[in-house]
Amino acid sequence: MSRAVSTQTKFGWTIAAWLVALLIFFPILYTIITSFKTETEAIAGFDLIPSGTLQSYAEVEAQNSYFKFFVNSVILSVGSTLLALIVAIPAAWSMAFAPTNRTKDILMWMLSTKMMPAAAVLVPIYLLFRDAGLLDSRVGLTLMLMLINLPIVIWMLYTYFREIPGEILEASRMDGASLWNEIVYVLTPMAVPGIASTMLLNIILAWNEAFWTLRLTTTNAAPLTAFIASFSSPQGLFWAKLSAASTLAIAPILIMGWFSQRQLVRGLTFGAVK
Amino acid sequence: MIRTLILSATASLLAFAAHAETITIATVNNGDMIRMQKLTDDFTSKNPDIELNWVTLEENVLRERVTTDIATKGGQYDVMTIGTYEVPIWAKQNWLLPLDNLGDDYDVADIIPAIAGGLSVDGKLYAAPFYGESSFVMYRKDLFEKAGLTMPDAPTWDFVGEAARKIKADNTDVNGICLRGKAGWGENMAFLTAMSNSFGARWFDENWQPQFDQPEWKETLEFYVNLMKDAGPQGASSNGFNENLALFQQGKCAMWIDATVAASFVTNPTDSTVADKVGFALAPDKGLGKRGNWLWAWSLGIPAGSQKADAAQKFVSWATSKAYLELVASKEGWANVPPGTRTSLYENPEYQKAAPFAKMTLDSINAADPNNPTVKPVPYTGVQFVAIPEFQGLGTTVGQLFSAALAGQMSVDDALAQAQQVSVREMTRSGYIK
Repeated sequence: MSRAVSTQTKFGWTIAAWLVALLIFFPILYTIITSFKTETEAIAGFDLIPSGTLQSYAEVEAQNSYFKFFVNSVILSVGSTLLALIVAIPAAWSMAFAPTNRTKDILMWMLSTKMMPAAAVLVPIYLLFRDAGLLDSRVGLTLMLMLINLPIVIWMLYTYFREIPGEILEASRMDGASLWNEIVYVLTPMAVPGIASTMLLNIILAWNEAFWTLRLTTTNAAPLTAFIASFSSPQGLFWAKLSAASTLAIAPILIMGWFSQRQLVRGLTFGAVK
Repeated sequence: MIRTLILSATASLLAFAAHAETITIATVNNGDMIRMQKLTDDFTSKNPDIELNWVTLEENVLRERVTTDIATKGGQYDVMTIGTYEVPIWAKQNWLLPLDNLGDDYDVADIIPAIAGGLSVDGKLYAAPFYGESSFVMYRKDLFEKAGLTMPDAPTWDFVGEAARKIKADNTDVNGICLRGKAGWGENMAFLTAMSNSFGARWFDENWQPQFDQPEWKETLEFYVNLMKDAGPQGASSNGFNENLALFQQGKCAMWIDATVAASFVTNPTDSTVADKVGFALAPDKGLGKRGNWLWAWSLGIPAGSQKADAAQKFVSWATSKAYLELVASKEGWANVPPGTRTSLYENPEYQKAAPFAKMTLDSINAADPNNPTVKPVPYTGVQFVAIPEFQGLGTTVGQLFSAALAGQMSVDDALAQAQQVSVREMTRSGYIK
């Protein structure tokens, strides 16, 4: 039974929620506004109404081809996420349904790898990539992004899987399902919301990853992060151009997030309410 | 028959391989570099067997990226855009190839001697300058006239200080002077190190002992902080080149001491509201024989790990040649030619006409001596930096302290004491102080 809430309180909460949302979204909104200004307007100070020029977009496109970077971003983010799921689903299954005394330690250890500053392993990784011929290759970077996001993928899936009653899997086993069938036909369909939100979140993480994508690529495998980085300048004004490049780079992921927000929210709160 | 087939197949493969030589060039997003990318058709039409790949990155990312690649011999780049700070350090590490095959008509002797000196080690050129810069005073002729002041061609710091305070007092919406305050070895420390040279200060004595506890540094930093407090813009501790450029272009600064390359921006009527009111003067001095101006050249070098050194050298030769300057002039006018690299450019009457700041730029460059930068002797080279690998980190740490002093978060004395402490620790740890 839900508590009775007055219309006034409801209204207040709605306004508050919108304000918080606007506050969080404002930097992105202002970037988009700035992208429609001239460089002179961009530096002139705070102004929410742009002149509406498309000059920055034209200059950005003339200087660098957006499409090439976009394709790389799609390949890297989707590829690394799919690859991570293939590894993480069995790993999360074993931890959720066949735990040992050490499972918790292993989970913590996996998470602890995320605590290491990436710069600390830059040179060793760079040498490995160099010797394997993986520098500036999509394969190498897909592997790299998969590995750095893997702990999060496993953790997320593990928490979702724990919400699924083990008895259902047991029942399928009693019916003679093999391990493969149990994971593919019983567990996975039940965990679809969880898997979907894990996938979406990791695509976003991989899309925005700007340490390794900048440092392990030059031209062939460079994604949109490199596209943005090429518009910052130590000498000269570039705010409008940089905003245009950023808007172009975040637009696809923003649109994807908008259309899949229901899955994202359902997945993120999955298991939170008992 | 089969033999002929194999032979012709091999020949065509070889031809393809020869045709497909691609060199990768790492560069920064500066106007002159972007212009060069647009003009590369001229190079590829003259060298149809070479293709060019460009990687443009933000300066600090580029420096880190390129350093990783060159230190690990990753071989990702064939041409790198580097500055006068990196060249002597990297050349000594054998990370760069000497440029000894730039072609017969390249005319190395035409490169401005101060710039060539900063890019050479043991008389060998390790990078070719693409554009060079010093720093000088840009000032508003109209405001000076209104205040009854005349800017000399070679002002002193005392005059600059008085003029800045007077103009600030006379005008409510104009700052007397705009200077860098944002922390960083290439930001506020570039300016302050060059300034300190003219005050007789130095980073280290002959035995690598840090000198921040000496009166010259105290005088430098006190002068700077007081001047900015009296006549500088609000929030100056977060202003770098671009922020001051924006202020000056909007008419908010009576004086700005910064890179000579800014001259073409502030005199460009499409961006600058004060384009026709700007005058130029040499960086100030204290009468000690050194001026507070720096020397920098964005240059093209070839990493020792490059597999395509010949093609890379051809490109470097093309991009830094006299013919390239003429190419830019023919397409975009003389005012847009990359400045500060060749003596002949400054003798060209067409350039002198198109660029009113030409003479002052050349005089400023010539007034800087990277091999003898300070009043007292020092064990290092570099005007606004110390050409040792540790300087990037140390310079930025000291820059943060000085920026905090400017913001009023600590006193000048505290900032200098802490700067001395961290410098002694770092130099001892690195083995300079035995």
